[in-house]
Amino acid sequence: MSAGERSDARDSDRDLLAHRCPEGHLAYPGHTVCSECGEEQSETVDLSGRTAEVLTWTESVASPSGVRAPNTLAIVEFTVDGSSVRALGQTTEPVAIGETVEPVPVEQLRDPEESLRSVASQSWDGYRFAPV
Amino acid sequence: MDVAIIGAAMTDFGDRDGWIRELLAEAGRACLDDAPVGGEAVEHCYVANMASGELEGQTGVMNALAHDLDLLPAYAERVDQTSASGAAGVFEAYQSVASGASEMTLLVGGEKMTHRETAETADLVASVTHPVEYRHGVTLPAFGAMAARLYMAEYDAPRESLAEVAVKNHHNATHNPYAQFQTEIDVETVLDSPMVNDPLRLYDYCPVSDGSAALLFCPVEEARKYTDEYVRVAGVAGATDTHVVHERPDPLAMEAVAESGEQAFEMAGWEPADIDVAELHDMVSVLEPLQLEALGFSERGQGWQAAVEGRTALDGSLPVNPSGGLKARGHPLGATGVAQVAELYWQLLGDAGSRQVTADRGLACNVGGFGNCVITSLLEVAG
Ligand SMILES: [Zn+2]
Repeated sequence: MSAGERSDARDSDRDLLAHRCPEGHLAYPGHTVCSECGEEQSETVDLSGRTAEVLTWTESVASPSGVRAPNTLAIVEFTVDGSSVRALGQTTEPVAIGETVEPVPVEQLRDPEESLRSVASQSWDGYRFAPV
Repeated sequence: MDVAIIGAAMTDFGDRDGWIRELLAEAGRACLDDAPVGGEAVEHCYVANMASGELEGQTGVMNALAHDLDLLPAYAERVDQTSASGAAGVFEAYQSVASGASEMTLLVGGEKMTHRETAETADLVASVTHPVEYRHGVTLPAFGAMAARLYMAEYDAPRESLAEVAVKNHHNATHNPYAQFQTEIDVETVLDSPMVNDPLRLYDYCPVSDGSAALLFCPVEEARKYTDEYVRVAGVAGATDTHVVHERPDPLAMEAVAESGEQAFEMAGWEPADIDVAELHDMVSVLEPLQLEALGFSERGQGWQAAVEGRTALDGSLPVNPSGGLKARGHPLGATGVAQVAELYWQLLGDAGSRQVTADRGLACNVGGFGNCVITSLLEVAG
């Protein structure tokens, strides 16, 4: 991957792209090199049009600054060509373990102005998971 | 070189008036008063602290402490390893003595947190997360709730079994004059408390705390010149797990706990059955059974049974968190790992008062992030 493409990592995070190395190992988000084999992650797979299964979830009322309350969150699992890759994300409503969900785009997941992290250092839009 | 601990102290944990410099100095001075040597002997001074700059706007706290305690010209350094800063300080202090770089090392861990809004401290602690996690507003306590839901579903662990961890640790803290909560609770207290991160409630979680703890390290040969009352660091090791929590193949495995534990046991030549007492990182109730499993004290999926059956109680076969743990002693981030080892020091020397257990060998496990970084320490009474 060229330096130019790598500099767009924030956008690829926003776009819910899994990253794949030549050995076929999938990861979300991307890393400098593959966590399983150390090769560069040369391909991306768009997860946004796919469904996933809820592995676990919570409804949190103790939200940090800049975050909605209550905040429902889930770890979900996508299956791509027989391999699984997981993502953490907000959900549109309380869900259940094993429930099928799909990503829906959201312009702002938390208020960057109210949050500790530098606004320009990362993206703040993305996807919530909604029951299908 | 074998390394000894010859002094320990801590401040009261809780909602304290003092600021970070004052809290560090209080524990550091008490530790030197407890030890058989004075401040003039200190060659290295480590301060374990996650965020004094972010929380209070006071940076350089290690140099301030060295001056306030009249340790000059001792070399001072701050150790930040997120919520595991305290044990990272233990690791650094151990290495400074074992390497021969320092003949006398003072370690002071501390944090001042309660002056900030809860949402601000939650944001600060959650700022360890990856951008793809952070933008969703996830917190470490929320990760704990997701782990607890999965744990209960995978292993049929009853909800009450997690509450039992908090009940036990609150009971233990009634015997600890330094603890933030010295009050008994029961399972109903936990299950009737406000829901915080479904399915976990207020009493599943440690509080926000101020406080400080300190330890004094030197070579064993040096310790023998002064005292028979010391403990030996038999093993200490750290390990790192995935930064992004959802990338772990098994979200309930706590791989860095397992790895740091195995390395520490190998260094000491011990196995889990050799341990008489343990201090574990119960930031949230479910973490205690998960650490019991990762460290080899329980089979996978069975760690929840320990508190239910009383095996981890003060009079059980392996007392866990006799101090009250993070749950009831409190969790001033940088102080916690130091306070865990201070508790082992008191337990092994027979100085633990009404919470005393019978123990020659102890283990402390301090966890940063949601298991991102872990340090396990093994201690043994001298002689
Ligand atoms: Zn790979």
